Amino acid sequence: MKVLVPVKRVVDYNVKVRVKSDGTGVDIANVKMSMNPFDEIAVEEAVRLKEKGLVTEVIAVSCGVTQCQETLRTAMAIGADRAILVETTEELQPLAVAKLLKALVEKEQPGLVILGKQAIDDDCNQTGQMLAALTDLPQATFASKVEIADGKAKVTREVDGGLETLSITLPAIVTTDLRLNEPRYVTLPNIMKAKKKQLDVLKPSDLGVDIKAHLKVLKVSEPPKRSAGIKVPDVATLVSKLKNDAKVI
Amino acid sequence: MAALVIAEHDHRSIKGATLNTVTAALKCDPQVHVLIAGANAADAAKAAAQIAGVAKVLHADGEQFAHGLAENVAAQVLAVAKDYSHILFPATAAGKNVAPRVAAKLDVGQVSDISKVDSPDTFERPIYAGNAIAIVQSLDAIKVITVRTTGFDPAAATGGSAAVETVTAVADSGKSAFVGSEIAKNDRPELTAAKIIVSGGRALGSSDKFNEVLTPLADKLGAALGASRAAVDAGYAPNDWQVGQTGKIVAPQLYIAAGISGAIQHLAGMKDSKVIVAINKDPEAPIFSVADYGLEADLFTAVPELVKALG
Repeated sequence: MKVLVPVKRVVDYNVKVRVKSDGTGVDIANVKMSMNPFDEIAVEEAVRLKEKGLVTEVIAVSCGVTQCQETLRTAMAIGADRAILVETTEELQPLAVAKLLKALVEKEQPGLVILGKQAIDDDCNQTGQMLAALTDLPQATFASKVEIADGKAKVTREVDGGLETLSITLPAIVTTDLRLNEPRYVTLPNIMKAKKKQLDVLKPSDLGVDIKAHLKVLKVSEPPKRSAGIKVPDVATLVSKLKNDAKVI
Repeated sequence: MAALVIAEHDHRSIKGATLNTVTAALKCDPQVHVLIAGANAADAAKAAAQIAGVAKVLHADGEQFAHGLAENVAAQVLAVAKDYSHILFPATAAGKNVAPRVAAKLDVGQVSDISKVDSPDTFERPIYAGNAIAIVQSLDAIKVITVRTTGFDPAAATGGSAAVETVTAVADSGKSAFVGSEIAKNDRPELTAAKIIVSGGRALGSSDKFNEVLTPLADKLGAALGASRAAVDAGYAPNDWQVGQTGKIVAPQLYIAAGISGAIQHLAGMKDSKVIVAINKDPEAPIFSVADYGLEADLFTAVPELVKALG
């Protein structure tokens, strides 16, 4: 069984982004870019499934600019066998990405697609579910445990109030939550090995996919600032402030 | 045309997030309908009919909706979607699970996690963990939206008298099955609906200490318990207690952060709280920059003292 792992190149999670003064977006020039952390968890999970002998090939996919090749090399350093970049400089929204991935699912026929539940840049939380709908495949989102057996995936999901377990028929789409695993550190020998692995580059038009935007960003602004209040010297003052000034207890 | 709210419910009653979503829907269109897809959910449908501002309730019933499987709920929404200009889900685990399936099948973009409705086609939503706010215009005829509940006041749960219309339930997809769940049962308020939240960070040091120190305070205040990602990753608190960018977004009247340093992604989940109290022994902790009241102290002495002072 093949596993397809879509990965997104995003501003590194440690970077505090700045809104551009003209309000057209956030400034990502000269900012450190990394693989979306949830996607890194997805790559790790796919590689672990391969190491357990449940999967024969792990294919990493990214959609976006040329530099996404670096993200794909990272995925291959974690252990993905090969990679595909769908290259475009156009802005890609989740529906367009889901359509591109659908075309790749049809081409590669994976038994499982595993990807992050959300990208930490646009915080959309859409692509996995959209891909599941477009391919008519079952989905298990926000996974904290994945077990593969007998043509099915048993997936434990993080839901409001606790955990839920689903059994879905493969092929299926799984999106990862934070506690699914802890991705390994990539080692230098594996980074070197990843450089020699196969990386194919396609264009959206090669896949016959329309990537037009469905949403238009009119303006991006700074959120309202919350200013620091006061420091209180002791617990008694704190209680008095909460009771008498803030009136919240 | 009208706006359709996909209710979050437990088959017997309506969950609070539905009420905030109704408020957002009313800002999109004066005519708001609510869909209840549930199993033996007549009581939930009745409750939905009483929400102020709701004009009609659609009720689809069947065992296939018992566990809210995304495939089945999305198919039910799609069965009625063509009559609506807006389809709104609360941005809860359940809503986020289903909404994009609906959008993709309709071939429309989805506007996630809106915090404000500027006009029927233009919405505000936080991006980059709330470090920027995007004003987004939907170019599609049908707008599929998830609603950040903290951005909208809840509609009144009573006062309405909408008609309940039974709609034909779609068949089970057969591709997905519910196996089981572990939902923590306790008397505490739900994290996203609580008026007061007591939240702990890595400084608590262990699961035992987390409970031993914070539970008495939460009990005293009738508060929900929350945690930072660091505390959850370390196993001090359950996953669904995580407050932050990728966890729960909360905005209680009072948020008490004990031993939480205040990473960007944590602040993203709680900075809209009305009053924030930070208890931390590190004077440089970033949490103090958003706290209304900062107490620079060791939480292991300050929290028990606070419990005592509250009488």
